[in-house]
Amino acid sequence: MQTFVDAIEFLFDNLGLIWDKTLEHLALSGAAVGVALVLAIPLGVWLGHLHRGSFLAINVSNVGRALPSLAVISIGLGVLGVGFLNVMVALVILAAPVMLTNAYVAVNQVDPDAVRAARGMGMRPLQTLLRVELPLALPLMFAGIRTAAVYVVATAPLAALAGGGGLGDVIVNQPTYGPEGVVAGSIAIAALAFATDGVFALLQHAVTPRGLRGRGEERLVEPRVDTAAA
Amino acid sequence: MIAPIAQEPVIPEFERASECIRENRQFCFDWFVDNFDREFAPRLLEHIELTAIAVGIGFAISFTAALIAYTRGWFETPFALLAAFLYTIPSLAFFQLMVPITGLTVTSAEIALVSYTLLILFRNTLTGLREVPEDARVAARAMGLTQWQLLRRVELPLALPAIVAGIRIATVTTISLATVAAFIGVGGLGQPIFNAIQSGFKTEFVAAGLLAVLLALVADALLVLLQRVLTPWARARRA
Repeated sequence: MQTFVDAIEFLFDNLGLIWDKTLEHLALSGAAVGVALVLAIPLGVWLGHLHRGSFLAINVSNVGRALPSLAVISIGLGVLGVGFLNVMVALVILAAPVMLTNAYVAVNQVDPDAVRAARGMGMRPLQTLLRVELPLALPLMFAGIRTAAVYVVATAPLAALAGGGGLGDVIVNQPTYGPEGVVAGSIAIAALAFATDGVFALLQHAVTPRGLRGRGEERLVEPRVDTAAA
Repeated sequence: MIAPIAQEPVIPEFERASECIRENRQFCFDWFVDNFDREFAPRLLEHIELTAIAVGIGFAISFTAALIAYTRGWFETPFALLAAFLYTIPSLAFFQLMVPITGLTVTSAEIALVSYTLLILFRNTLTGLREVPEDARVAARAMGLTQWQLLRRVELPLALPAIVAGIRIATVTTISLATVAAFIGVGGLGQPIFNAIQSGFKTEFVAAGLLAVLLALVADALLVLLQRVLTPWARARRA
């Protein structure tokens, strides 16, 4: 309990440090989520649009979930060396599968009647995709992005072991910051993970077409905020 | 005559080292094969042990808690909150915070690892039990099954797919977190990773990482198989 009180004091006494590390953390996580988005979403959407490759698209997230994060970072350390790039690549590998699966499922499960109606109205395939399938798929697709973003923010502390910086630096440097630093770092990471979840929940709500709202947000069964991954 | 000193040379073994080791290339397969028995096999076994104990104890706790929550609804929220709270503690911190209490021991690592399994196992078991079709329950009661028989012969078998799915997620999660446990020196495949962070020895990074990934994927696949064997009706229904 005393450590917890000390940790709160630590947070306020070291606002500058926590702020800097938070920015590093966000830069790393943001870069990883961005790259994963660019790689995973178009592929998932495309496969979903064609209703092809379901085995790959669905199982890739099972494999992704099974990958031990530190092991992926470790392989990265061997192959790419210490630093930002290695950790970012590792985080992309961990984040992309969930995004891909959700994007695939989201587009694949769009009501076939709506797609047929669009075609009947004379829309070309690209128009159907952009104006019917994508808007209807966005909520579920965003659920995957949200899960992946929280996972990345929660896993990024491991980056500290590989010279990637971020809030993990505060946790792994117990000799410097003491046990209160470990707890303070954990609080900051948990808060950041919850904030990420909240921001993406708002975004998810914002991109949900009005007609779909209030149907209950669909998402894959995943723990919401799993900071433990770090 | 002086007996040869029976001390293991520091890696990399400069005298006998291959070119690959001396240049610290990304992955020296020869070194990996030569040192597998000494460097990696024991770590692999430790890793499996860490995981098995954590999932075993975690399952015993979660299963009991889920049964209690199933019969007494009020128990669900406090246990789920506790499990969710434990789940938000970053593992690097959890392992360190246990050290002042239980020392640099396997116990410290297991307490953290067990804590992380609770949320998934509890939620899956409880959901599995609650999703048993009401018809099945009514039919069983009408056939005169007691509460205990109902649970054992109808509800648990029907909840099995969800329970095994929970064990599967908990197992791969634990395998992942157990690599971090080496941060407090309790062995497992994280140990060579942390050694390599000190020494910069690339082959060790890649070998330990690949072994951990392989272990997770094999465990995942085995549990899928187990799920199929235990619940043949689930597949029949899908087909």
